[in-house]
Amino acid sequence: MGKLDKQLALKLLKQMMEIRKFEDKVMELLAKNIAEGGSHLYAGMEATGVGAISVLREDDYITSTHRGHGHAIAKDGDLKTLMAEILGKRTGVCKGKGGSLHLADLSKGNLGANGIVGGGIGIATGAGLSIKMQKQDKVVICFFGDGATNNGIFFECLNMASLWKLPVIYLCENNKYGMSVSVERASSVKDLTKKALAFGIPSESVDGQDVLAVREVVGKWVENARKGNGPAFIVSNTYRYYGHSRSDPRIYRTREEEKFWRERDPILIFSSKMKEMGILTEEEIKEIDKLTDKEIEEATEYAINSPDPEPEELYTDLYA
Amino acid sequence: MREITYRQALNEAIDEEMQRDKKVFIFGEDVAIYGGVYGVTAGLWKKYGDERVMDTPISENAIVGTALGAALTGMRPVAEIMYIDFIGLCMDQLNNQVAKIRYMFGGKCKVPLTIRTEGGAGRTLGAHHSQSLESWLIHIPGIKVVMPSIPYDAKGLLKSAIREDNPIVFIEHKMLYNIKGPVPEEEYTLPIGIADVKKEGKDVTILTYSRMTLFSLKAAEELEKEGISVEVVDLRTLFPMDIETMVNSVKKTNRVVIVEEDCKTGGTGAEIGMKVIENAFDYLDAPIIRVAGADVPMPKSRVLEKLAIPDVERIKAGVKEVLK
Repeated sequence: MGKLDKQLALKLLKQMMEIRKFEDKVMELLAKNIAEGGSHLYAGMEATGVGAISVLREDDYITSTHRGHGHAIAKDGDLKTLMAEILGKRTGVCKGKGGSLHLADLSKGNLGANGIVGGGIGIATGAGLSIKMQKQDKVVICFFGDGATNNGIFFECLNMASLWKLPVIYLCENNKYGMSVSVERASSVKDLTKKALAFGIPSESVDGQDVLAVREVVGKWVENARKGNGPAFIVSNTYRYYGHSRSDPRIYRTREEEKFWRERDPILIFSSKMKEMGILTEEEIKEIDKLTDKEIEEATEYAINSPDPEPEELYTDLYA
Repeated sequence: MREITYRQALNEAIDEEMQRDKKVFIFGEDVAIYGGVYGVTAGLWKKYGDERVMDTPISENAIVGTALGAALTGMRPVAEIMYIDFIGLCMDQLNNQVAKIRYMFGGKCKVPLTIRTEGGAGRTLGAHHSQSLESWLIHIPGIKVVMPSIPYDAKGLLKSAIREDNPIVFIEHKMLYNIKGPVPEEEYTLPIGIADVKKEGKDVTILTYSRMTLFSLKAAEELEKEGISVEVVDLRTLFPMDIETMVNSVKKTNRVVIVEEDCKTGGTGAEIGMKVIENAFDYLDAPIIRVAGADVPMPKSRVLEKLAIPDVERIKAGVKEVLK
């Protein structure tokens, strides 16, 4: 885990801004019907994905979720091919066959977003097994939401990972709601960290709006796993700004609650802190902001102007 | 040529592939110390140890999901689902993850994963240990489905399955494990997706697979004495289906009986029959006949179990019917 210096601060801030602006842009494209289908937006949760992935090496793996744009960007994703994929274009990272729910880039260690809640947990656990069998020192971060902790595969895989001491960090992004149903209404145990106790897996919660806090906690357990000491379970407390998807009227949560969380905005928290600590100046922050705006515009233009897949591509890429 | 059992043929296939490629490993319930519920992996744990022959918890969904993760990241798992009846427990992983991941990712990954399982009736094990669920699987693009009937095919096809960079569900039959047949000492593989004419004939084509191939051959032998010449085509792979071999046989005989152990409605035979109609309708001189499993949960009673799946007499009756 690198020391907090200007270079690292710039990287963390830039990635969080990229995700925020990317998601705002996707929302805009959805509203204009330029983007079709569903998209679950990561805005508000940037500190968790960016902080956690920032402690990984390039050759480490992640598995992502249905809310996966942020993870894909943080795992060194290319804004242009990601945006093109969301529009279902041939130039997309998955050639227009995956879409928002299936952003993946194995060359960058991203084993994929997933349309099934908990769908990445098996893959992550298997990647951990594979690492162990090949005697590598890689680590997997397995992202999932609070809703997935009520799903069977979560329990099956945590048991296996603990039994075989697999290098997997199970990172629960607790954004309080599984679509509309709150953790309180869905989980018998409200403190989700307790769910790991049954498997003898160490667990810890973290302020998911503070990128440095996420880095510290995830970094500690990643290094522990890299040494062969097995999995950890981390609950990152966070919040999604947008609804579950574009059609969500957000009737299950209050505007006061939304305001409370928006005041705990991960980008604002980090920017202020960097200014206070004298690591970044207001001008530098504005400059990154402007640069990111430009990159998002370029990515959007690239995506919109990209061709659709050719009809004959319907049957390609199914079998090796 | 030496004769070995279907079980031994499968065991040799896995053993040889494990020797050949260090990335191959066995993963499933009771596969290590116990050697598999039907003994297919017997002896391999002693030979290769815990690292490559792994007993898993009873967690079918995690077995398939984890095997997929390992396959994506450099390993070549041979996972076992003890009974095909348990496949419902891992259908999400199989259908939503294993089968689709390569396509969803634009072809940018390989899934060298073999899932061995075993199905079929015959041991009076009742409704949860006797099913034939292959039709569920051929409905999922992205996986291949292999169902061998004899030791020679079992070995050659399993070796090919393990070497293939695609996910394959390899369905054995519990009543075939003790059946012996000729298997060469020398190494060989068989191509996936190619049917085999197990017996040539000129009057009627039987299209079948797995254990029903043996029943069909017995029926054909008996019918021969009555002057009826039956060709028996063993599909061996259900997806992709070898249409060419099927059509060539239909062109010769002009009459088709499909013999399948699975439930008739929505069964594999329906797909086989439509493939014939789509590709060889003009050559048919009579409607296709299906001799299939009854549309009931498999009953325990020996008497009822026998009635629930095709037998030699019913296959013979089907052949005579198509000749009317």
